[in-house]
Amino acid sequence: MPIFCDVKRNSYFDSVTLMIISNQLKEIGGVTEALAGMATDLNKELAENLGLMTPEVEALEANDFFLAVKTEDEKVFNEATQTLETLLKKKSSSASNDYRPPTLASAVRNLPQANIAVISLPGQYAAAETEKALDEGLHVMLFSDGVSLADEARLKQKAHEKGLLVMGPDCGTAMIGGTALCFANVVRRGKIGIVGASGTGIQELSTLIDKFGGGVSHAIGTGGRDLKVEIGGIMMLDAIDALGKDESTEVLAIISKPPPAEIAAKIFEKLRTVPKKIIVHFLGSDPTQYKDTGFAFGKSLEDAAYKAVMLETGKEPTDFTGFTAPASEIEKAVETEAKKLGETAYIRGLYSGGTLAYEALLMLEAEGMGCYSNIPLKPEFKLKDVFISQENTIIDFGDDDFTVGKPHPMIDPTSRQDAILKEAADPNVGIILFDLVLGYGAHEDIAGEIISAIKKAQVKLSEEKRQVVFIGFACGTEGDIQGLEKSEALLRENGVVVLPSNAQAIRFVQKLLTAKAGGKV
Amino acid sequence: MSKISELLNQDIAAINLGLERFYEDLKAQDKEVIQVDWKPPAANQDKIASLLAGLKNR
Repeated sequence: MPIFCDVKRNSYFDSVTLMIISNQLKEIGGVTEALAGMATDLNKELAENLGLMTPEVEALEANDFFLAVKTEDEKVFNEATQTLETLLKKKSSSASNDYRPPTLASAVRNLPQANIAVISLPGQYAAAETEKALDEGLHVMLFSDGVSLADEARLKQKAHEKGLLVMGPDCGTAMIGGTALCFANVVRRGKIGIVGASGTGIQELSTLIDKFGGGVSHAIGTGGRDLKVEIGGIMMLDAIDALGKDESTEVLAIISKPPPAEIAAKIFEKLRTVPKKIIVHFLGSDPTQYKDTGFAFGKSLEDAAYKAVMLETGKEPTDFTGFTAPASEIEKAVETEAKKLGETAYIRGLYSGGTLAYEALLMLEAEGMGCYSNIPLKPEFKLKDVFISQENTIIDFGDDDFTVGKPHPMIDPTSRQDAILKEAADPNVGIILFDLVLGYGAHEDIAGEIISAIKKAQVKLSEEKRQVVFIGFACGTEGDIQGLEKSEALLRENGVVVLPSNAQAIRFVQKLLTAKAGGKV
Repeated sequence: MSKISELLNQDIAAINLGLERFYEDLKAQDKEVIQVDWKPPAANQDKIASLLAGLKNR
């Protein structure tokens, strides 16, 4: 089949814009395959894999743009190029009157009061621009991934010496004085300061704080590698220091995967110098091992949020390991849903949030249910092929396996939509579990997108006279553009069991499986 | 007061390099933000830089 190409030399468009446009072009009737992208090595490889490579594209450089379309009909290609122009114009006209300086230095001259640079450039360029920003005296929110560990160590050391923050790399969430940066939610202002290693960990914690009636002063994301020995927790320690001195912060909540012992010791030592109430949650670690520290420890992200709010309101923290809804309501729901499960009823967890997927694996493992995954807790549970689930499987769709050449699943729902259809078609699947991450950065109608796939799956299931239990939860607040209540209502209207948190969704799954096995709920 | 403490007490004024969504989201929060019209360095920039450096050294 012929491949038609259009090329714009020395024209740059951001990758997310182009990936979303590529998806829209594929919807045009008569288009077999389409790719709009910058001619980077990665996109050339993608073009090769999609059968869209031409000598013309091969000869392009990384700062050239190309559109390649596979179609029988040149008229279809012309329609695609017109659609592309319209979409690009629509994109640029949304803020067309704003001056856009060509470099970071000229931007600083135009906005001398600037105090932070938000950098989401491709990884190979991100470190150099971060260095420039630090030299300009700016704090940095480094959203990009693909920054080397050596660069991260060097940049964070430089930031530390200058008294500046480098949040990230590969951490998409921060809230500074009520301003959300990158992927973050509209959370009530309050007295809880958060320092977290991961983006979705901070999102789940902060939105649950909001649900429990508490509020957040600031949230600082450090990036998952900050606590590695090579980095030494530089930014975690500096952030604790700053929040320790912050007058609007009364409770300090720390979340990350369990750090190496020497880094944990440094963090505890720093926390002891801070005149604040402290709650720590190291995902997957046994809190009893830290009881000598005297700090409160969370058992899940939800439990950490609950305890933070208790500390904020001057109460002695107690555990939250149950459900928000009354027990009778949960039992009734379990009874109803358990009837839908067939003899074999594997669970398939389809997550957009990496830390949420990780928490699901931990909670299921703790109940003796090891799950296969692309991010497994044990090597024996590594999926042979990440695109083919085995028995009980939990997938992190935000992991590199699924995001090469595609936007993050919080922005682009297509990989999870496809997975919902595929998993529901598997006769051995009984439960499909998923998250909906709301807020800034996320898809504006993520609930609608996921529901459109569930509806399709349900039509097929009803033809086959089978049932699957769909269980979901929304990580968000009423203030988010997508609306928490609206998003949850849409799920419920379409037969999804909706829980208020990841932890409660997993507990519901466990009760469902106990009921299926004939046990007491 | 450390610079991080200063940041926590200031209004965010940001320079965005990369995804426009983050620029739009900051504007939606009524924050001062400027989008850099960033382009990847030209492929032969390193060569030009080394030639210029060579000239300077002469």
